Amino acid sequence: MADNAPLTAAQIEKFLEAWLEVEFTFLQVDQLAADLAALPPEDQAFLLGWTKRTATTSIQVAYQFSVRAIDLLAHMDKRLIEAWLVHAMDTYDRFGQRHALKVINEVEHFAQLSHEHAAGALFEDVAGILLTFVRGLSGRQLKLEQGEAVYTNSETLYLPAVVARMQQAQDNFNLCKAMVAMLWAQTRFGSFRADLVAALSRYPDQDKALQQLHRLETLRLEACLGRELPGLYREMQRLKSALGEDPLPDDWQAFATQLEQPDASIEDSLRLLAQAYPGATPVPCCYQGELRPDEVAEKMTTRIEREKMLLRVKLAQLAEDIKQQTAPGESNREPRFDVQEKEQDGGGEMELILNDLPIAPPEQVRQLLTSIQLDLGGIPPEYLTAAGPGEYDPSLYEDKALDPDAVWQGTYHEEGATLYPEWDHGRQHFRKNWCVMREKDVMPVRDDFVSATREKYSGLVKHLRRTFEAMRDEDKLLKRQVAGDEVDIDALVEALADARDGSEMSDRLFMQKHRAERNIAVMFMVDMSGSTKGWINDAERESLVLLCESLELLGDRYAIYGFSGTTRKRCELYRIKRFDEPYNDNVRARISGIRPQDYTRMGFAIRHLTKLLTQVEARSKLLITLSDGKPDDYHDGYRGKYGIEDTRHALVEAKRAGIHPFCITIDTEGRDYLPHMYGAANYVVIDEVRKLPLKVADIYRKLTT
Amino acid sequence: MESRALNQEEYYVVKEPYYEATGDEIAIFEAAHKNKLPILLKGPTGCGKTRFMEYMAWRMQRPLITVSCHDDLTASDLVGRYLIKGGETTWVDGPLTRAVRAGAICYLDEIVEARKDTMVVIHPLADDRRMLPMEKLGSLLEAHPDFSLAVSYNPGYQSVLKDLKQSTRQRFVALEFDYPSAALEARIVAKEAAVDGSMADKLVKFAHMTRNLKGSGLEEGASTRLLVHAGKLIAAGVAPVSACRAAIAQAITDDAEMLTAVQELSSSLF
Repeated sequence: MADNAPLTAAQIEKFLEAWLEVEFTFLQVDQLAADLAALPPEDQAFLLGWTKRTATTSIQVAYQFSVRAIDLLAHMDKRLIEAWLVHAMDTYDRFGQRHALKVINEVEHFAQLSHEHAAGALFEDVAGILLTFVRGLSGRQLKLEQGEAVYTNSETLYLPAVVARMQQAQDNFNLCKAMVAMLWAQTRFGSFRADLVAALSRYPDQDKALQQLHRLETLRLEACLGRELPGLYREMQRLKSALGEDPLPDDWQAFATQLEQPDASIEDSLRLLAQAYPGATPVPCCYQGELRPDEVAEKMTTRIEREKMLLRVKLAQLAEDIKQQTAPGESNREPRFDVQEKEQDGGGEMELILNDLPIAPPEQVRQLLTSIQLDLGGIPPEYLTAAGPGEYDPSLYEDKALDPDAVWQGTYHEEGATLYPEWDHGRQHFRKNWCVMREKDVMPVRDDFVSATREKYSGLVKHLRRTFEAMRDEDKLLKRQVAGDEVDIDALVEALADARDGSEMSDRLFMQKHRAERNIAVMFMVDMSGSTKGWINDAERESLVLLCESLELLGDRYAIYGFSGTTRKRCELYRIKRFDEPYNDNVRARISGIRPQDYTRMGFAIRHLTKLLTQVEARSKLLITLSDGKPDDYHDGYRGKYGIEDTRHALVEAKRAGIHPFCITIDTEGRDYLPHMYGAANYVVIDEVRKLPLKVADIYRKLTT
Repeated sequence: MESRALNQEEYYVVKEPYYEATGDEIAIFEAAHKNKLPILLKGPTGCGKTRFMEYMAWRMQRPLITVSCHDDLTASDLVGRYLIKGGETTWVDGPLTRAVRAGAICYLDEIVEARKDTMVVIHPLADDRRMLPMEKLGSLLEAHPDFSLAVSYNPGYQSVLKDLKQSTRQRFVALEFDYPSAALEARIVAKEAAVDGSMADKLVKFAHMTRNLKGSGLEEGASTRLLVHAGKLIAAGVAPVSACRAAIAQAITDDAEMLTAVQELSSSLF
């Protein structure tokens, strides 16, 4: 398709007919094909490629996209078109076709196209950097999300999918940065410390009042940023003049002078609003965004209540902890907390004082203090009395792990689950937040399975014990070293004899104690799909018992998780043994309790276990899959190429994180797809299920020596 | 000044090192030394632990022997070993033994990095026995009355492998170090790097921004030492943003996105 010569309309029509399934959808593609045929080959290839990729997700979206995109090529950067389409497909994933088509049809909302071929700053590209940027600035731990406008609710900052007001990508990034800084300034310099909703309700035209107040606040906050971040301030001035923004009218200049005072606050802005209201509203400046007092008020009321409670509870815990550390009976008086600002720069560090002695507050308490201080401008005394026992209902402040099964009773929701992306091979993009993953415990079964297995394989256990013991990393005394702890007398005698002899004397005269550390962490990912029912399941469980027995000898850190699921909404990982858990009766009972569940969706499992593995510190990390077949799932197209490609992609991600994946399978057809997924040398096919227990430990031994 | 070679136990700190006390650490150290108690310095990297040791060595006029521990450091590296000279073996004292004999201050920097067996050697030295067992010589060395042992440890590394065992830590008087308060830190940067007060303030502010990022992508924020480095570059005429990039941002992270973000912070500030 990417040939140099453009395709003819007839050729294109044929492609479109196939991809868009015209036979069933009856879409009119002749005109579209003719339009596409008129494009230069490069643009043609770009649009056709994306149409094909989109068609694997939704034919309607693909069709509408190609119809609209032909005209857009003239105005929009290709990167931007791509972002727009990917955004549409994300919308499709989350809200369905109707919403996705809306995104396609309302392209103007997606990007303000004030420049031809503008190189916009995409939210996805800048979000990572800007989030770190804003976290560095101090204050509350803010979140950054994509929204339909630039505003904040005082906990999350929202930026649009694309900012493309400037011509250059770098300028657009700087504009985003200025927007984020302005939103941060609203939380940092107390824009919400007054009841804005009430203040605005006094004006007949509330919208106008809001616009004006926001403009005034922007003036005040600009001055704050000028003092706090002069470099950014200069950049903001440059952006404004590059966009040719009009200077303020004279009366507003006077307001600006008042608001530039270091002690100006939101109260001053509100006071000046009364003067400004009768006049016209100056044009908002480019990084101003929107002010949404109602959303802020809503967040603030719940936050203030919650943080008051949390702080008081945490202080009570802190007082209790400190009391236990000091001698008992020494001080039975009530703990008395106080705070003092360390430095005179407002919003600065707070020092927590307990009974006249400064103490270092735990991180969580420190953050609470900062957050409360930002909301209220100080810490009211009643916040500092430790909560009495039973004063608050513990369920309000304790993070309770939700029962993973409870979500299935009543309506479905994704609360408490971890979301993982999935690689859509047709789209060549991730489906974001696609898999809803939960960790569950295996129901332990306390029977004689483990001891029976040990008995059944007693010969093998003995053999494994011997081989694994030999592998155990013991201190070795390395002789004839150039440096070491002790003199190697044998080497010395030889060397002296050599010297007498007239030959060259060796300098390898020392012995060095060498402690080679076997620094390995291994994750076993066990297939618990329904197809393992019967003796595969038995063989898996037996293998795990033998493995654990052997690994205990070696001292390698290991964890075992089972995976299964039904559709992307129910991806489940079963904890059998965590890394920090010893091999005890509970683990044995869980191994015994492994039962076949549903389907074999693998991508999410690899991604989650990769995450767990990266949290472990070890020189080598292994992810070993025990499976009985191809990736597969019920109904949503995971079977076949899609699943294999997603699994392969997840494994590539794991490798990038420094993990060696390996697969042990009993699927005799495994040779057809495993090399593609795991790589040529990273899998073993075991022909007979019976042999699985005999082989697994041995394979592990070979892998790690 | 020409460079010269010194025996370890002859290293006296002659010139008063610049040190700003943040609390009562000087008094505690002196009292501990008088009572022959070993000292544990806790704190993040670059907050002044080593400088404090130099200062105390100067103040008490004792030689200072510093050993930077690494993961191959063995007990023999501290105590001593036999070497071969002209066909005969001779015993050579290690730095710890030298300090014990000469009554010096022995400072084991980043003690947790050393191998586990080195801890065992310092145990009898660190309690009231004050003896150094010299296994290979078959003798016990009694410590000089002025000998004192100090170790440092960074509790910020949250690695199970690098934790100090209770049996070790419960022998020491612990001094906790942290980054100094903003005003004091600015004074230190201004003095050490010879930059003016407002530049020092900005550098400290920048450091605080990076310290805010600890836990969300950075292992540690910028230390006082890095601020001094950046300040020195600025004093030498390097533009502040470039100085922060070279001396601070690149030093605290390799991650490209984090680097960009840190860079955005510094360009916003200067």
